[in-house]
Amino acid sequence: MTGRYDFALRLGDDALIAAQRLGEWTTRAPEMEEDIALANIALDQLGAARLLLTYAGELEGAGRDEDALAFLRDDREFRNCLLVELPNGDFAVTMAKLLFLSAYQLPLYTALTECGDERLAAIGAKTRKESAYHLDHSSLWVKRLGDGTEESRRRMQSAVDQVWPYTQELFAADPAAPVDPAALRADFDAVVFPVLDEATLTRPEAGWAPAGGRVGVHTEHLSYLLAEMQVLHRAHPGANW
Amino acid sequence: MSERTGEASVREPSPLWEVFVRARRGLSHTHVGSLHAPDAELALRNARDVYTRRQEGVSIWVVPASEITASSPDEKDAFFDPAADKVYRHPTFYEVPDGVAHL
Repeated sequence: MTGRYDFALRLGDDALIAAQRLGEWTTRAPEMEEDIALANIALDQLGAARLLLTYAGELEGAGRDEDALAFLRDDREFRNCLLVELPNGDFAVTMAKLLFLSAYQLPLYTALTECGDERLAAIGAKTRKESAYHLDHSSLWVKRLGDGTEESRRRMQSAVDQVWPYTQELFAADPAAPVDPAALRADFDAVVFPVLDEATLTRPEAGWAPAGGRVGVHTEHLSYLLAEMQVLHRAHPGANW
Repeated sequence: MSERTGEASVREPSPLWEVFVRARRGLSHTHVGSLHAPDAELALRNARDVYTRRQEGVSIWVVPASEITASSPDEKDAFFDPAADKVYRHPTFYEVPDGVAHL
């Protein structure tokens, strides 16, 4: 099921959709400094998406470059996890999403550096450093909001409860992939649980586990996101500046 | 998107921090500007984003702006005027004895 093409496409789609969502915060973050930080993280994700989608296009061998893959696929052709396509919500929801995404991406990219594929190993080496920063940033905020005012704690707990179910999909076993996501679960828990504890937040129970992103079955949110992201490229194919 | 309250509530911004950066090849920390952050740890992170673009090998100091005592511009004359017009304060009236080297 999972060759290197599917694998690179999944990771590239995760990063691309995460970047698009984070980009929506630009000029709207709580403070100027945070605005800059979120834009930085969005650009890191976009850089990773470009590397991964370019490589996926080469592996596919059908002449699709990064732009074709990013701008000329419909939602059913996207392979990103559902987590990244969820709306930004308030600042707490965005930080919960970023914490869970980076706690998954960091061990994933780190494991990639050891994999047999030279190109994926090189991408892992570059993106790993950026992921560590994303994890650091989101951990700090989750702790501060969780262990902050009554209102910030209420919102942070509600954000974690809301987003948590979508983390299950990240670790679906896939022994054929260059890195089996099931092997990353322990690393994820080892990072996320202490952050939630320090933030005085209750760990959510494992329950409802929505999935489908990896096979192109998405939430209602993705097609709207894509409509906005792709409108220019579809109206003016090949346009550049 | 983030929710906005109906009434015109002015939110208190986070405290102000002054940022000093020592560049990779620099000898000393230089004041580069200021920023708002809720606490020292985040001020450090923000300073890295805003002022160093996450370069490797730089040192950053952040100081709460309220901790800094500055000289007053009004006292400038008394504070900084050199003693140029007071020749008696210049060490130029001594004969250096022979045999004193390396002075």
